Amino acid sequence: MSGLDIRGLTLELGGRRILDGVDVEVPAGQVTGLAGESGSGKTMTGLAVIGLAPAGAKVSGTVAYDDGEVRVPDLLALRPGAMNRLRGRRIAMVFQDPTASLQPMLSVGTQLTDHMRHHLHLSRSAARTRAAELLERVRVPSPEAALKRYPHQFSGGQLQRIAFAIAIACEPKVLIADEPTTALDVTVQAGVLRLLRELTDDLGLAVLLVTHDLGVMSAVADTVAVMRNGSVVEHGSRFQIITDPQTAYAKELVESLPHTPPPGTGEGEA
Amino acid sequence: MTAVQLPRRRALRVPVAWRRPAAIAGSVVLLAWVLVALLDPLLGLQDPLQQSVGDAFRAPSAAHPFGTDALGRDVLSRTLWGVRSSLPLAVALVAGSLVVGSVLGAVAGYLGGAVDEVIMRIADLVFAFPTIILAMVVAAALGPSLLNAVVALLVVSWPNYARVMRSLVLGARGQEYVVAGRLLGAGPFTSLRRDVLPNVSAPMLVLAMLDFGNQILLLAGLSFLGLGAVPPTPEWGSMVADGVTQFSSWWLATFPGLAIFSVVVAFNLIGDSLRDALDPRTAGAVQGSSI
Repeated sequence: MSGLDIRGLTLELGGRRILDGVDVEVPAGQVTGLAGESGSGKTMTGLAVIGLAPAGAKVSGTVAYDDGEVRVPDLLALRPGAMNRLRGRRIAMVFQDPTASLQPMLSVGTQLTDHMRHHLHLSRSAARTRAAELLERVRVPSPEAALKRYPHQFSGGQLQRIAFAIAIACEPKVLIADEPTTALDVTVQAGVLRLLRELTDDLGLAVLLVTHDLGVMSAVADTVAVMRNGSVVEHGSRFQIITDPQTAYAKELVESLPHTPPPGTGEGEA
Repeated sequence: MTAVQLPRRRALRVPVAWRRPAAIAGSVVLLAWVLVALLDPLLGLQDPLQQSVGDAFRAPSAAHPFGTDALGRDVLSRTLWGVRSSLPLAVALVAGSLVVGSVLGAVAGYLGGAVDEVIMRIADLVFAFPTIILAMVVAAALGPSLLNAVVALLVVSWPNYARVMRSLVLGARGQEYVVAGRLLGAGPFTSLRRDVLPNVSAPMLVLAMLDFGNQILLLAGLSFLGLGAVPPTPEWGSMVADGVTQFSSWWLATFPGLAIFSVVVAFNLIGDSLRDALDPRTAGAVQGSSI
Protein backbone atom coordinates (compact mmCIF):
# COMPACT_ATOMS: atom_id res chain seq x y z
CA MET A 1 0.00 0.00 0.00
CA SER A 2 1.25 3.44 -0.83
CA GLY A 3 1.16 5.85 2.06
CA LEU A 4 1.56 5.35 5.77
CA ASP A 5 0.61 2.27 7.71
CA ILE A 6 0.57 2.73 11.45
CA ARG A 7 0.43 -0.50 13.44
CA GLY A 8 0.19 -0.92 17.19
CA LEU A 9 1.67 2.51 17.91
CA THR A 10 2.24 2.80 21.63
CA LEU A 11 3.68 5.75 23.49
CA GLU A 12 4.49 5.96 27.16
CA LEU A 13 5.40 9.18 28.87
CA GLY A 14 6.34 9.31 32.54
CA GLY A 15 4.80 5.91 33.22
CA ARG A 16 1.52 6.89 31.60
CA ARG A 17 0.31 5.26 28.44
CA ILE A 18 -0.66 8.06 26.08
CA LEU A 19 -1.05 5.89 23.00
CA ASP A 20 -2.20 2.35 23.44
CA GLY A 21 -1.84 0.49 20.17
CA VAL A 22 -3.02 2.88 17.48
CA ASP A 23 -3.78 1.25 14.12
CA VAL A 24 -4.47 3.55 11.18
CA GLU A 25 -3.81 3.36 7.49
CA VAL A 26 -3.19 6.58 5.64
CA PRO A 27 -3.40 5.76 1.93
CA ALA A 28 -2.08 8.06 -0.80
CA GLY A 29 -4.55 10.40 -2.43
CA GLN A 30 -6.85 10.32 0.56
CA VAL A 31 -7.50 12.39 3.62
CA THR A 32 -7.60 10.23 6.69
CA GLY A 33 -9.21 11.98 9.60
CA LEU A 34 -8.16 11.38 13.17
CA ALA A 35 -10.96 12.51 15.46
CA GLY A 36 -11.39 12.42 19.20
CA GLU A 37 -11.61 14.59 22.27
CA SER A 38 -8.68 16.51 23.78
CA GLY A 39 -6.15 14.21 25.35
CA SER A 40 -7.18 11.23 23.26
CA GLY A 41 -3.73 11.14 21.67
CA LYS A 42 -4.45 12.57 18.23
CA THR A 43 -1.59 15.07 18.15
CA MET A 44 0.77 12.65 19.89
CA THR A 45 0.11 10.15 17.11
CA GLY A 46 1.17 12.71 14.51
CA LEU A 47 4.31 13.66 16.42
CA ALA A 48 5.27 10.05 17.13
CA VAL A 49 4.96 9.15 13.46
CA ILE A 50 7.40 11.86 12.46
CA GLY A 51 9.76 10.99 15.29
CA LEU A 52 9.28 14.09 17.40
CA ALA A 53 7.60 12.67 20.45
CA PRO A 54 8.52 14.61 23.60
CA ALA A 55 11.86 13.83 25.25
CA GLY A 56 11.67 10.78 27.49
CA ALA A 57 8.75 9.19 25.65
CA LYS A 58 8.92 5.47 24.97
CA VAL A 59 7.51 4.68 21.55
CA SER A 60 6.85 1.22 20.15
CA GLY A 61 4.90 -0.29 17.26
CA THR A 62 5.61 0.14 13.57
CA VAL A 63 4.99 2.89 11.05
CA ALA A 64 5.52 1.67 7.49
CA TYR A 65 6.15 4.24 4.79
CA ASP A 66 5.95 3.64 1.06
CA ASP A 67 5.68 6.12 -1.78
CA GLY A 68 6.69 3.96 -4.73
CA GLU A 69 10.24 5.37 -4.73
CA VAL A 70 11.18 4.97 -1.12
CA ARG A 71 10.03 2.21 1.18
CA VAL A 72 10.71 2.26 4.88
CA PRO A 73 9.41 -0.75 6.79
CA ASP A 74 9.47 1.13 10.09
CA LEU A 75 9.99 4.86 10.52
CA LEU A 76 10.36 4.42 14.27
CA ALA A 77 13.45 2.25 13.78
CA LEU A 78 15.28 4.82 11.64
CA ARG A 79 18.42 6.50 12.93
CA PRO A 80 17.95 10.24 13.67
CA GLY A 81 19.98 11.30 10.62
CA ALA A 82 17.96 9.13 8.25
CA MET A 83 14.71 10.35 9.79
CA ASN A 84 15.91 13.92 9.35
CA ARG A 85 16.34 13.35 5.63
CA LEU A 86 12.73 12.19 5.35
CA ARG A 87 11.30 15.06 7.37
CA GLY A 88 10.27 17.91 5.18
CA ARG A 89 11.28 15.89 2.10
CA ARG A 90 8.90 12.91 2.20
CA ILE A 91 6.80 13.67 5.24
CA ALA A 92 5.68 17.17 6.08
CA MET A 93 3.50 18.64 8.75
CA VAL A 94 1.21 21.62 9.14
CA PHE A 95 0.44 22.93 12.59
CA GLN A 96 -2.57 24.41 14.29
CA ASP A 97 -1.50 28.00 14.74
CA PRO A 98 0.43 29.50 11.83
CA THR A 99 1.40 32.56 13.86
CA ALA A 100 3.33 30.21 16.14
CA SER A 101 4.63 27.72 13.62
CA LEU A 102 6.32 30.23 11.32
CA GLN A 103 9.62 31.68 12.47
CA PRO A 104 8.99 35.39 13.18
CA MET A 105 12.54 36.51 12.43
CA LEU A 106 12.85 35.01 8.95
CA SER A 107 11.16 36.27 5.80
CA VAL A 108 8.58 34.06 4.14
CA GLY A 109 10.96 33.66 1.22
CA THR A 110 13.72 32.30 3.44
CA GLN A 111 11.40 29.89 5.21
CA LEU A 112 9.99 28.73 1.93
CA THR A 113 13.36 28.14 0.25
CA ASP A 114 15.68 26.89 3.02
CA HIS A 115 14.45 23.31 3.00
CA MET A 116 14.18 23.17 -0.80
CA ARG A 117 17.80 24.19 -1.11
CA HIS A 118 18.74 21.65 1.56
CA HIS A 119 16.69 18.67 0.43
CA LEU A 120 16.44 19.26 -3.33
CA HIS A 121 19.80 21.03 -3.72
CA LEU A 122 18.20 23.87 -5.67
CA SER A 123 20.10 27.08 -6.32
CA ARG A 124 18.96 30.20 -4.54
CA SER A 125 17.25 31.60 -7.62
CA ALA A 126 15.65 28.32 -8.63
CA ALA A 127 14.28 27.89 -5.12
CA ARG A 128 13.00 31.44 -5.19
CA THR A 129 11.19 30.88 -8.49
CA ARG A 130 9.63 27.72 -7.18
CA ALA A 131 8.67 29.48 -3.94
CA ALA A 132 6.77 32.11 -5.90
CA GLU A 133 4.98 29.36 -7.84
CA LEU A 134 4.08 27.63 -4.60
CA LEU A 135 2.63 30.81 -3.14
CA GLU A 136 0.61 31.24 -6.29
CA ARG A 137 -0.51 27.63 -5.99
CA VAL A 138 -1.86 28.21 -2.48
CA ARG A 139 -3.34 31.53 -3.66
CA VAL A 140 -1.38 34.02 -1.64
CA PRO A 141 -1.79 37.36 -3.41
CA SER A 142 1.25 38.93 -5.13
CA PRO A 143 3.68 36.05 -4.44
CA GLU A 144 6.83 37.93 -5.43
CA ALA A 145 6.19 40.66 -2.90
CA ALA A 146 5.01 38.17 -0.28
CA LEU A 147 8.38 36.40 -0.36
CA LYS A 148 10.03 39.51 1.03
CA ARG A 149 7.59 39.96 3.85
CA TYR A 150 7.65 38.59 7.37
CA PRO A 151 5.04 36.43 9.08
CA HIS A 152 3.63 39.25 11.20
CA GLN A 153 2.59 41.07 8.04
CA PHE A 154 0.08 38.42 7.00
CA SER A 155 -3.35 37.42 8.25
CA GLY A 156 -3.94 34.03 9.86
CA GLY A 157 -5.55 32.49 6.79
CA GLN A 158 -2.74 33.64 4.53
CA LEU A 159 -0.17 32.38 7.00
CA GLN A 160 -1.75 28.95 7.02
CA ARG A 161 -1.69 28.92 3.23
CA ILE A 162 2.00 29.81 3.43
CA ALA A 163 2.49 27.00 5.94
CA PHE A 164 0.91 24.63 3.42
CA ALA A 165 3.19 25.98 0.70
CA ILE A 166 6.21 25.32 2.94
CA ALA A 167 4.95 21.82 3.69
CA ILE A 168 4.42 20.82 0.04
CA ALA A 169 7.55 22.56 -1.27
CA CYS A 170 9.69 19.43 -1.48
CA GLU A 171 6.82 17.37 -2.89
CA PRO A 172 6.32 15.17 0.13
CA LYS A 173 4.10 12.12 -0.12
CA VAL A 174 2.69 12.28 3.37
CA LEU A 175 1.24 15.37 5.03
CA ILE A 176 0.31 15.44 8.67
CA ALA A 177 -2.09 18.29 9.34
CA ASP A 178 -2.58 18.92 13.04
CA GLU A 179 -5.77 20.92 13.52
CA PRO A 180 -4.88 23.09 10.54
CA THR A 181 -8.05 25.14 10.69
CA THR A 182 -8.79 25.39 14.39
CA ALA A 183 -7.11 28.76 14.81
CA LEU A 184 -8.92 30.23 11.82
CA ASP A 185 -12.39 31.66 11.59
CA VAL A 186 -15.07 29.77 9.72
CA THR A 187 -14.97 31.46 6.33
CA VAL A 188 -11.18 31.28 6.16
CA GLN A 189 -11.42 27.67 7.33
CA ALA A 190 -13.49 26.70 4.30
CA GLY A 191 -10.85 28.12 1.97
CA VAL A 192 -8.00 26.32 3.71
CA LEU A 193 -9.91 23.03 3.69
CA ARG A 194 -10.66 23.38 0.00
CA LEU A 195 -6.94 23.93 -0.53
CA LEU A 196 -6.12 20.83 1.50
CA ARG A 197 -8.51 18.72 -0.56
CA GLU A 198 -7.13 20.11 -3.80
CA LEU A 199 -3.52 19.39 -2.81
CA THR A 200 -4.46 15.87 -1.77
CA ASP A 201 -6.05 15.12 -5.11
CA ASP A 202 -3.50 16.88 -7.32
CA LEU A 203 -0.33 15.70 -5.59
CA GLY A 204 -1.59 12.30 -4.48
CA LEU A 205 -0.74 13.15 -0.89
CA ALA A 206 -1.48 10.80 1.94
CA VAL A 207 -2.96 13.21 4.46
CA LEU A 208 -3.40 12.50 8.15
CA LEU A 209 -5.81 15.16 9.32
CA VAL A 210 -5.90 15.53 13.07
CA THR A 211 -8.89 17.45 14.37
CA HIS A 212 -11.50 17.38 17.08
CA ASP A 213 -13.93 19.10 14.75
CA LEU A 214 -16.19 16.60 13.04
CA GLY A 215 -17.53 19.44 10.90
CA VAL A 216 -14.08 19.81 9.39
CA MET A 217 -13.88 16.02 9.02
CA SER A 218 -17.14 15.82 7.18
CA ALA A 219 -15.93 18.49 4.78
CA VAL A 220 -12.68 16.87 3.61
CA ALA A 221 -11.92 13.46 5.10
CA ASP A 222 -12.33 10.27 3.08
CA THR A 223 -12.13 8.01 6.08
CA VAL A 224 -12.34 8.87 9.74
CA ALA A 225 -10.66 7.14 12.65
CA VAL A 226 -12.15 7.95 16.03
CA MET A 227 -9.68 7.90 18.89
CA ARG A 228 -10.26 7.62 22.58
CA ASN A 229 -7.79 7.13 25.42
CA GLY A 230 -4.93 6.43 23.09
CA SER A 231 -6.44 3.94 20.70
CA VAL A 232 -8.67 3.92 17.64
CA VAL A 233 -12.16 2.83 18.59
CA GLU A 234 -13.69 3.02 15.16
CA HIS A 235 -12.40 3.52 11.64
CA GLY A 236 -14.69 3.83 8.66
CA SER A 237 -15.66 5.97 5.73
CA ARG A 238 -16.64 9.52 6.52
CA PHE A 239 -20.22 8.83 5.54
CA GLN A 240 -20.47 5.76 7.71
CA ILE A 241 -18.94 7.41 10.78
CA ILE A 242 -21.15 10.47 10.57
CA THR A 243 -24.41 8.78 9.68
CA ASP A 244 -24.08 5.37 11.24
CA PRO A 245 -21.48 5.20 13.99
CA GLN A 246 -21.09 1.69 15.34
CA THR A 247 -19.51 2.27 18.71
CA ALA A 248 -21.10 4.12 21.58
CA TYR A 249 -18.25 6.63 21.79
CA ALA A 250 -18.34 7.55 18.11
CA LYS A 251 -22.10 7.96 18.44
CA GLU A 252 -21.65 10.34 21.34
CA LEU A 253 -19.05 12.33 19.45
CA VAL A 254 -21.29 12.67 16.41
CA GLU A 255 -24.24 13.63 18.55
CA SER A 256 -22.20 16.38 20.15
CA LEU A 257 -22.12 18.16 16.80
CA PRO A 258 -24.07 21.38 17.07
CA HIS A 259 -25.97 20.98 13.82
CA THR A 260 -28.84 18.62 13.09
CA PRO A 261 -27.74 15.28 11.65
CA PRO A 262 -28.76 14.56 8.08
CA PRO A 263 -32.43 13.54 7.81
CA GLY A 264 -33.25 9.86 7.67
CA THR A 265 -30.75 8.84 10.32
CA GLY A 266 -33.46 8.85 12.93
CA GLU A 267 -31.36 10.93 15.29
CA GLY A 268 -32.19 14.34 16.63
CA GLU A 269 -35.53 14.49 14.83
CA ALA A 270 -37.82 14.03 17.77
CA MET B 1 10.27 56.34 2.38
CA THR B 2 9.94 54.98 -1.14
CA ALA B 3 13.67 54.59 -1.43
CA VAL B 4 13.74 52.02 1.33
CA GLN B 5 10.79 49.92 0.18
CA LEU B 6 12.85 47.11 -1.26
CA PRO B 7 15.26 45.81 1.36
CA ARG B 8 16.31 42.40 0.17
CA ARG B 9 18.34 41.00 2.95
CA ARG B 10 18.83 41.78 6.58
CA ALA B 11 22.42 42.84 5.94
CA LEU B 12 21.13 45.64 3.76
CA ARG B 13 18.54 46.75 6.25
CA VAL B 14 20.93 47.64 9.05
CA PRO B 15 22.19 50.82 7.39
CA VAL B 16 18.61 51.95 7.00
CA ALA B 17 17.95 51.43 10.69
CA TRP B 18 21.14 53.38 11.24
CA ARG B 19 19.27 56.50 10.18
CA ARG B 20 17.61 56.66 13.58
CA PRO B 21 18.83 59.61 15.65
CA ALA B 22 19.90 57.39 18.54
CA ALA B 23 21.96 55.21 16.27
CA ILE B 24 23.57 58.23 14.64
CA ALA B 25 24.44 59.79 17.98
CA GLY B 26 25.94 56.54 19.27
CA SER B 27 27.91 55.93 16.10
CA VAL B 28 29.25 59.48 16.01
CA VAL B 29 30.53 59.28 19.57
CA LEU B 30 32.10 55.89 19.02
CA LEU B 31 33.61 56.92 15.73
CA ALA B 32 35.04 60.02 17.38
CA TRP B 33 36.76 57.86 19.98
CA VAL B 34 38.13 55.53 17.35
CA LEU B 35 39.52 58.52 15.46
CA VAL B 36 41.06 59.88 18.63
CA ALA B 37 42.68 56.52 19.27
CA LEU B 38 44.12 56.42 15.77
CA LEU B 39 45.22 60.04 15.65
CA ASP B 40 46.59 60.44 19.19
CA PRO B 41 50.19 61.03 18.06
CA LEU B 42 49.04 63.74 15.65
CA LEU B 43 46.91 65.73 18.05
CA GLY B 44 49.83 67.72 19.43
CA LEU B 45 49.10 66.65 22.98
CA GLN B 46 51.62 66.55 25.76
CA ASP B 47 53.30 63.25 26.34
CA PRO B 48 50.83 61.40 28.62
CA LEU B 49 53.74 59.89 30.52
CA GLN B 50 55.69 63.11 31.01
CA GLN B 51 55.87 63.92 34.70
CA SER B 52 56.35 67.33 36.20
CA VAL B 53 56.20 67.17 39.96
CA GLY B 54 56.07 70.92 40.30
CA ASP B 55 52.79 70.96 38.34
CA ALA B 56 50.98 68.27 40.39
CA PHE B 57 47.25 68.68 41.09
CA ARG B 58 46.80 71.75 38.91
CA ALA B 59 43.14 72.60 38.32
CA PRO B 60 41.93 72.81 34.70
CA SER B 61 43.51 75.81 32.96
CA ALA B 62 44.43 76.89 29.45
CA ALA B 63 47.69 74.96 29.58
CA HIS B 64 46.02 71.87 31.06
CA PRO B 65 42.31 71.92 30.06
CA PHE B 66 41.59 68.85 32.22
CA GLY B 67 44.13 69.67 34.92
CA THR B 68 47.06 67.54 36.02
CA ASP B 69 47.35 64.48 38.25
CA ALA B 70 49.49 63.64 41.29
CA LEU B 71 52.62 63.38 39.16
CA GLY B 72 51.88 66.49 37.13
CA ARG B 73 50.83 64.53 34.03
CA ASP B 74 48.30 66.14 31.72
CA VAL B 75 44.85 64.58 32.32
CA LEU B 76 43.52 65.60 28.89
CA SER B 77 46.38 63.83 27.20
CA ARG B 78 46.03 60.78 29.41
CA THR B 79 42.28 60.61 28.81
CA LEU B 80 42.68 60.80 25.06
CA TRP B 81 45.52 58.29 25.07
CA GLY B 82 43.59 56.07 27.47
CA VAL B 83 41.05 55.19 24.80
CA ARG B 84 43.76 53.15 23.12
CA SER B 85 43.83 50.61 25.90
CA SER B 86 40.34 50.94 27.39
CA LEU B 87 38.18 50.73 24.28
CA PRO B 88 39.67 47.70 22.53
CA LEU B 89 39.99 45.85 25.82
CA ALA B 90 36.38 46.50 26.80
CA VAL B 91 35.17 45.52 23.34
CA ALA B 92 37.26 42.35 23.39
CA LEU B 93 36.07 41.53 26.88
CA VAL B 94 32.37 42.03 26.23
CA ALA B 95 32.51 40.35 22.83
CA GLY B 96 34.47 37.47 24.29
CA SER B 97 32.17 36.82 27.20
CA LEU B 98 29.12 37.31 24.98
CA VAL B 99 30.34 34.70 22.53
CA VAL B 100 31.62 32.19 25.08
CA GLY B 101 28.63 32.62 27.39
CA SER B 102 26.09 32.51 24.57
CA VAL B 103 27.50 29.42 22.98
CA LEU B 104 27.77 27.50 26.25
CA GLY B 105 24.37 28.70 27.45
CA ALA B 106 22.68 27.91 24.14
CA VAL B 107 24.17 24.43 23.97
CA ALA B 108 23.22 23.77 27.61
CA GLY B 109 19.67 24.98 27.10
CA TYR B 110 19.09 23.29 23.78
CA LEU B 111 20.63 19.91 24.44
CA GLY B 112 19.72 19.69 28.12
CA GLY B 113 20.57 16.57 30.08
CA ALA B 114 24.15 15.86 31.09
CA VAL B 115 25.63 18.59 28.91
CA ASP B 116 23.40 21.14 30.58
CA GLU B 117 24.33 19.86 34.03
CA VAL B 118 28.07 20.02 33.43
CA ILE B 119 28.05 23.50 31.89
CA MET B 120 25.74 25.03 34.44
CA ARG B 121 27.52 23.49 37.43
CA ILE B 122 30.77 25.03 36.20
CA ALA B 123 28.90 28.32 35.90
CA ASP B 124 27.63 27.88 39.46
CA LEU B 125 31.19 27.28 40.59
CA VAL B 126 32.20 30.66 39.17
CA PHE B 127 29.13 32.32 40.69
CA ALA B 128 30.04 30.94 44.09
CA PHE B 129 32.97 33.40 44.41
CA PRO B 130 32.73 37.18 44.44
CA THR B 131 33.51 38.37 40.92
CA ILE B 132 36.48 40.58 41.67
CA ILE B 133 38.07 38.09 44.08
CA LEU B 134 37.98 35.29 41.53
CA ALA B 135 39.22 37.61 38.80
CA MET B 136 42.11 38.57 41.12
CA VAL B 137 43.00 34.95 41.67
CA VAL B 138 43.03 34.19 37.96
CA ALA B 139 44.87 37.39 37.07
CA ALA B 140 47.46 36.80 39.78
CA ALA B 141 48.01 33.27 38.55
CA LEU B 142 48.52 34.50 35.00
CA GLY B 143 50.73 37.43 35.95
CA PRO B 144 49.99 41.16 35.74
CA SER B 145 49.29 42.45 32.25
CA LEU B 146 46.27 43.97 30.58
CA LEU B 147 45.75 40.92 28.39
CA ASN B 148 45.77 38.60 31.40
CA ALA B 149 43.31 40.89 33.16
CA VAL B 150 40.99 40.52 30.19
CA VAL B 151 41.34 36.74 30.27
CA ALA B 152 40.66 36.74 34.01
CA LEU B 153 37.52 38.82 33.56
CA LEU B 154 36.39 36.60 30.73
CA VAL B 155 36.62 33.62 33.05
CA VAL B 156 34.42 35.30 35.65
CA SER B 157 31.90 36.99 33.37
CA TRP B 158 30.80 34.34 30.87
CA PRO B 159 28.43 32.63 33.35
CA ASN B 160 26.20 35.74 33.43
CA TYR B 161 25.66 35.42 29.71
CA ALA B 162 25.37 31.65 29.83
CA ARG B 163 22.62 31.79 32.45
CA VAL B 164 20.52 34.30 30.56
CA MET B 165 21.11 32.55 27.25
CA ARG B 166 20.17 29.18 28.68
CA SER B 167 16.85 30.40 30.04
CA LEU B 168 16.05 32.21 26.79
CA VAL B 169 16.82 29.11 24.77
CA LEU B 170 14.76 26.94 27.10
CA GLY B 171 11.83 29.24 26.43
CA ALA B 172 12.38 29.48 22.70
CA ARG B 173 13.05 25.85 21.90
CA GLY B 174 9.53 24.88 22.95
CA GLN B 175 8.04 27.27 20.40
CA GLU B 176 6.08 25.67 17.61
CA TYR B 177 8.22 27.21 14.89
CA VAL B 178 11.24 25.43 16.31
CA VAL B 179 9.42 22.10 16.11
CA ALA B 180 8.20 23.08 12.65
CA GLY B 181 11.81 23.77 11.65
CA ARG B 182 12.82 20.30 12.85
CA LEU B 183 9.98 18.92 10.74
CA LEU B 184 11.46 20.50 7.66
CA GLY B 185 14.57 18.47 8.28
CA ALA B 186 16.72 20.85 10.33
CA GLY B 187 19.15 19.02 12.62
CA PRO B 188 19.77 20.22 16.20
CA PHE B 189 22.48 22.74 15.30
CA THR B 190 20.73 24.10 12.24
CA SER B 191 17.62 24.47 14.34
CA LEU B 192 19.55 26.29 17.04
CA ARG B 193 21.18 28.66 14.58
CA ARG B 194 18.23 29.25 12.28
CA ASP B 195 15.22 29.25 14.58
CA VAL B 196 16.34 29.68 18.18
CA LEU B 197 19.24 32.15 18.19
CA PRO B 198 17.66 34.93 16.10
CA ASN B 199 14.73 34.97 18.47
CA VAL B 200 16.81 35.33 21.61
CA SER B 201 19.48 37.70 20.31
CA ALA B 202 17.75 40.92 21.38
CA PRO B 203 17.99 40.47 25.16
CA MET B 204 21.54 39.17 24.83
CA LEU B 205 22.55 42.24 22.87
CA VAL B 206 21.02 44.54 25.48
CA LEU B 207 22.75 42.61 28.23
CA ALA B 208 26.10 42.95 26.48
CA MET B 209 25.69 46.68 25.90
CA LEU B 210 24.78 47.27 29.53
CA ASP B 211 27.77 45.21 30.56
CA PHE B 212 30.27 47.55 28.91
CA GLY B 213 30.51 50.05 31.74
CA ASN B 214 30.70 47.28 34.25
CA GLN B 215 33.56 45.61 32.44
CA ILE B 216 35.55 48.81 32.04
CA LEU B 217 35.26 49.40 35.79
CA LEU B 218 36.15 45.80 36.63
CA LEU B 219 39.18 46.13 34.43
CA ALA B 220 40.01 49.31 36.32
CA GLY B 221 39.60 47.43 39.57
CA LEU B 222 42.20 44.90 38.51
CA SER B 223 44.50 47.67 37.30
CA PHE B 224 44.09 49.44 40.63
CA LEU B 225 45.21 46.29 42.40
CA GLY B 226 48.24 46.13 40.16
CA LEU B 227 46.95 43.18 38.15
CA GLY B 228 45.91 45.00 35.01
CA ALA B 229 47.31 48.06 33.31
CA VAL B 230 50.88 48.48 34.45
CA PRO B 231 51.07 51.94 36.12
CA PRO B 232 52.38 54.50 33.68
CA THR B 233 50.03 53.27 30.91
CA PRO B 234 47.08 55.65 30.67
CA GLU B 235 43.89 53.66 31.15
CA TRP B 236 40.48 55.13 32.07
CA GLY B 237 39.60 52.69 34.78
CA SER B 238 42.83 53.14 36.69
CA MET B 239 42.62 56.92 36.24
CA VAL B 240 39.17 56.92 37.83
CA ALA B 241 40.38 54.62 40.56
CA ASP B 242 43.30 56.96 41.32
CA GLY B 243 41.09 60.00 41.18
CA VAL B 244 38.26 58.97 43.48
CA THR B 245 40.50 59.27 46.53
CA GLN B 246 41.40 62.89 45.71
CA PHE B 247 38.23 64.77 46.54
CA SER B 248 39.80 68.18 46.26
CA SER B 249 41.05 67.42 42.73
CA TRP B 250 37.68 66.64 41.18
CA TRP B 251 39.06 66.67 37.62
CA LEU B 252 41.11 63.52 38.16
CA ALA B 253 38.16 61.15 38.22
CA THR B 254 35.65 63.30 36.38
CA PHE B 255 37.20 63.42 32.90
CA PRO B 256 38.12 59.75 32.46
CA GLY B 257 34.75 58.98 34.09
CA LEU B 258 32.98 61.06 31.46
CA ALA B 259 34.94 59.23 28.81
CA ILE B 260 33.74 55.87 30.13
CA PHE B 261 30.23 57.26 30.38
CA SER B 262 30.24 58.45 26.76
CA VAL B 263 31.41 55.07 25.50
CA VAL B 264 28.83 53.19 27.55
CA VAL B 265 26.02 55.45 26.35
CA ALA B 266 27.21 55.14 22.76
CA PHE B 267 27.21 51.36 22.96
CA ASN B 268 23.77 51.35 24.55
CA LEU B 269 22.31 53.56 21.83
CA ILE B 270 23.88 51.38 19.17
CA GLY B 271 22.71 48.24 20.93
CA ASP B 272 19.13 49.48 21.07
CA SER B 273 19.10 50.38 17.41
CA LEU B 274 20.76 47.14 16.46
CA ARG B 275 18.12 45.22 18.35
CA ASP B 276 15.33 47.08 16.58
CA ALA B 277 17.01 46.65 13.24
CA LEU B 278 17.49 42.91 13.66
CA ASP B 279 13.86 42.28 14.55
CA PRO B 280 11.60 42.44 11.50
CA ARG B 281 8.67 43.29 13.75
CA THR B 282 10.22 46.53 14.96
CA ALA B 283 12.02 47.32 11.73
CA GLY B 284 8.46 48.18 10.64
CA ALA B 285 9.11 51.66 9.30
CA VAL B 286 11.55 50.09 6.91
CA GLN B 287 9.34 47.35 5.60
CA GLY B 288 6.29 49.12 4.20
CA SER B 289 2.76 48.39 5.32
CA SER B 290 1.37 44.94 5.87
CA ILE B 291 -0.68 43.29 3.15
